[in-house]
Amino acid sequence: MYAQEVKSTGQGVKSLEEMAPDERAFQEKVNAKIKIEPKDWMPEGYRKTLVRQISQHAHSEIVGQLPEGNWISRAPTLERKAILLAKVQDEAGHGLYLYCAAETLGVSRDQMTEQLLAGKAKYSSIFNYPTLTWADIGAIGWLVDGAAIMNQVPLQRCSYGPYSRAMIRICKEESFHQRQGYDIMMKLCAGTAEQKEMAQDALNRWWQPALMMFGPPDGDSVHSAQSMAWGIKQNSNDELRQKFVNETVPQAEYLGLTPPDPDVNWNEDKQGYDYGELDWNEFYEVLKGNGPCNKERLEARQKAWDDGEWFRDGLMAHARKREMRKQAAE
Amino acid sequence: MSNEWPLWEVFIRGQHGLSHRHVGSLHAPDAEIAIKNARDVYTRRNEGVSIWVVPSSDIVASAPGDKEPLYEPSNSKVYRHPTFFDIPEEAGPM
Ligand SMILES: [Fe+2]
Ligand SMILES: [Fe+2]
Repeated sequence: MYAQEVKSTGQGVKSLEEMAPDERAFQEKVNAKIKIEPKDWMPEGYRKTLVRQISQHAHSEIVGQLPEGNWISRAPTLERKAILLAKVQDEAGHGLYLYCAAETLGVSRDQMTEQLLAGKAKYSSIFNYPTLTWADIGAIGWLVDGAAIMNQVPLQRCSYGPYSRAMIRICKEESFHQRQGYDIMMKLCAGTAEQKEMAQDALNRWWQPALMMFGPPDGDSVHSAQSMAWGIKQNSNDELRQKFVNETVPQAEYLGLTPPDPDVNWNEDKQGYDYGELDWNEFYEVLKGNGPCNKERLEARQKAWDDGEWFRDGLMAHARKREMRKQAAE
Repeated sequence: MSNEWPLWEVFIRGQHGLSHRHVGSLHAPDAEIAIKNARDVYTRRNEGVSIWVVPSSDIVASAPGDKEPLYEPSNSKVYRHPTFFDIPEEAGPM
């Protein structure tokens, strides 16, 4: 998802009997759905897995502003521009809530930023695709935020208190994102033949990457069992992906658009839609840094960090000076 | 010296008449900017009528291990709850 490649450090899932008293007490709390808070004892693997997952999630929110930000100055109307600005500002907020949640686990904001800029920390593969037309802004809201919601709703019940609370705030804001995207698609699909074609083209390009947001197929996702036992993960990747396809196909139909996959068909037995094999090779390549926009995204983050340095330092120097003056006057 | 902006805890009064509630934290160089950032980060949809910011380093918290000495004593004082006392119905509403 927004954290697609969280390597957990735990080996296998231990049974309660195999655990030391501290760990057992911790696991019993998780099982009883009692939230774990920053100062509580927690296994080192739990802390590390959460730092990785929450920081990847935060980085995704921040980098995710870039493809959409690309269209702020070119939105077709002033109203669309204001809406897109508000949406992108929300994503900045989401990144900040999540960085704060990660910081409660003992990692600093600067450390996380450095890891992102050094290419050591991942962010979601989806944000390495380009936004070529205005219809892409519609498709992102509809599909990318739609997939994000699918993943984030269960994360509200995550065992770690600060992450769970950040997710609750985020989920409250996501519905607006998806709806404004679908609204753009509706407008385009009710427009001229060229506009409708633009919408179909955007769906064609975003469909697969959106389905890949849920991460590799369950069989290949080796770290799920421990994350589920720890209450960090609630559903399997394939489970959520299927749910997303089931919701999205009728929405595409309503628009008069067709998912770019001939295998999308209603399956009466499973009461859901079948869909074709996804190109996981592409997914791993994008994660490795070889997607169409990986380089551009990191360069943009690096530039923002470098260009903002004088400002961050200046404000800090000013704050220190004022503090010293205040102390001298006392 | 690290130039990372210090961390602040943010408390927001959601509505007139309610207490401030902790909503999260943020980084800012000083209190004034912490308030401005808190407005942008935590009240984009009219979530509040008043904001407090406190340097995180000034928060003193009870330790999770102190749970028993802190809260156990009140467990045995059930008479602090009104339901401890049986008042006959004939006495009227109370
Ligand atoms: Fe978001
Ligand atoms: Fe969003």
